[in-house]
Amino acid sequence: MSFFRPPTQLFESWGMGHDLAFLIATVVCILAICLPVMLSVAMVIYVDRKIWAAMALRRGPNVVGPLGLLQSFADGLKVFLQETIIPTAANKGLFLIGPIVTFTVALLAWAVIPFNSNAILANINVGLLYILAISSLGVYGTIMAGWASNSKYPFFSAMRASAQMISYEVSIGFILICVVLWAGSFNMDTIVQAQKGHVLGFFNGFAFNPLLFPMWVMFLISGMAETQRAPFDLAEAESELVAGYQTEYSSMAFALFWLGEYGNVLLMCALNATLFWGGYLPPLEIPILYAVPGIIWLLLKIAFGFFVFSWVKATVPRYRYDQLMRLGWKVFLPVSLFFVFLVSGWLMATGHFA
Amino acid sequence: MIQLLAFYLFATLVIVSGLATILARNPVHSVLWLILAFFNAAGLMVLVGAEFIAMLLVIVYVGAVAVLFLFVVMMLDIDFATLRAGFVQNAPLGLLIALALVAELLIGTGAVKSGALVLGVADGHAGNAEGLSNTAAIGALLYTRYIFLFEASGVILLVSMIGAIVLTHRKRGDVRTQNISKQVARRPEDATVNLKPVSGQGVEL
Repeated sequence: MSFFRPPTQLFESWGMGHDLAFLIATVVCILAICLPVMLSVAMVIYVDRKIWAAMALRRGPNVVGPLGLLQSFADGLKVFLQETIIPTAANKGLFLIGPIVTFTVALLAWAVIPFNSNAILANINVGLLYILAISSLGVYGTIMAGWASNSKYPFFSAMRASAQMISYEVSIGFILICVVLWAGSFNMDTIVQAQKGHVLGFFNGFAFNPLLFPMWVMFLISGMAETQRAPFDLAEAESELVAGYQTEYSSMAFALFWLGEYGNVLLMCALNATLFWGGYLPPLEIPILYAVPGIIWLLLKIAFGFFVFSWVKATVPRYRYDQLMRLGWKVFLPVSLFFVFLVSGWLMATGHFA
Repeated sequence: MIQLLAFYLFATLVIVSGLATILARNPVHSVLWLILAFFNAAGLMVLVGAEFIAMLLVIVYVGAVAVLFLFVVMMLDIDFATLRAGFVQNAPLGLLIALALVAELLIGTGAVKSGALVLGVADGHAGNAEGLSNTAAIGALLYTRYIFLFEASGVILLVSMIGAIVLTHRKRGDVRTQNISKQVARRPEDATVNLKPVSGQGVEL
């Protein structure tokens, strides 16, 4: 719990008891992660629209603030001032809990992302399993929203979303097993440290490893399916399902879905960076590169990951549902299973576990 | 202090959501309460230091089993009036089963107290070795001492999975499925012909 010690000591020096100081330090640390994440979600929505516009040879948001930088905040203010409409036939409680679940779950998983060596909110042994557990919770927001809306299209969308997320979680599990086998731990900090000088003692990151690079590509695609990003955004396919599970939502509840969705995308980018591109380590093992703070490297890698996400969104047409299921079960599942076999065989043959 | 508070929070929520599971009128609400109960049970496991089991509980039960469960329950077409009408009719049988369960519990605790049976006595193998993480300890035990039981349970699950597929799968002759490799292998030369028809003569394909 070294991460909490400095703030705890600070609050203790102000004359608080240890328990109270620890509690306040925890809350402060949580806010120190959540508030920047929410702020970057707002900025990332702007960036996404700008990239998307640039690829379509448009200007994108350019009116509110310099270069349109304040567009997301204007949108936020707009939805905040709108009326919250709850359909009469809706299941009121679940209808309101749905977006809250989506949004909360998107923030929860950040607890185990290492921002620098030892700068990790909860340095637990089972960090990666925690992320899997939390990301499997995300589907409940969608299901609740779809069912509670008491409307056809949201319900279809909820069923699509849950089937899709379950399918891709299986292959994500196998991909992460390859990473865990090589790193020898579920702890996120240990996984990052294991990537130090991973290839030839010069490249920091599992993605530089020829055996794990295909795993990274599959993780990226599965991540898009898991976060329901284009080209796998079948749950909100506007040509078939109006707006999917969000159809009946308005104002803040609708905004919470948006924030949660982009929060999940950012989290996937952070996972990509942490598990495959060396997290807070510089990409190359050169001493001068360590002069740049680890968090800058992490943010650069997250930004790169997000660029890939919006690049794909701007260029790839939406999958058909049977193609999506085929990709998940008939391509990714056997290939990732084969790679578990290959990676563990390689590690056994080279005496990695000895 | 914080641990005590957390314990009472999780324990109360498990019991409350367990009760709500059986008392909720709407089956979808029941399943959601059940999920809350799972989640809080995982919290209790974290408190006793079994973080691996806690995470597995959330991943497997909350993340996969309960989603499928919810999936099925959401699509059930239940008439609540007939369900409630059957309550009085089924009450004696339900009471009988409840009595049997209570009797079994009492007999079970009595048998353990009398101490005659020596099956499943802790022999120290299951203890968490010093400095070993939960995951490593479980793995070391599961893949050495209990390897046969572990693999056998895996095979049983596989058989049941194949059985379910065999029972429900039917080959439909009336659908045209997409053959993706055939589509990808298709070249422009196979699909198009370039002809130079003479004016007034048509094209023979």
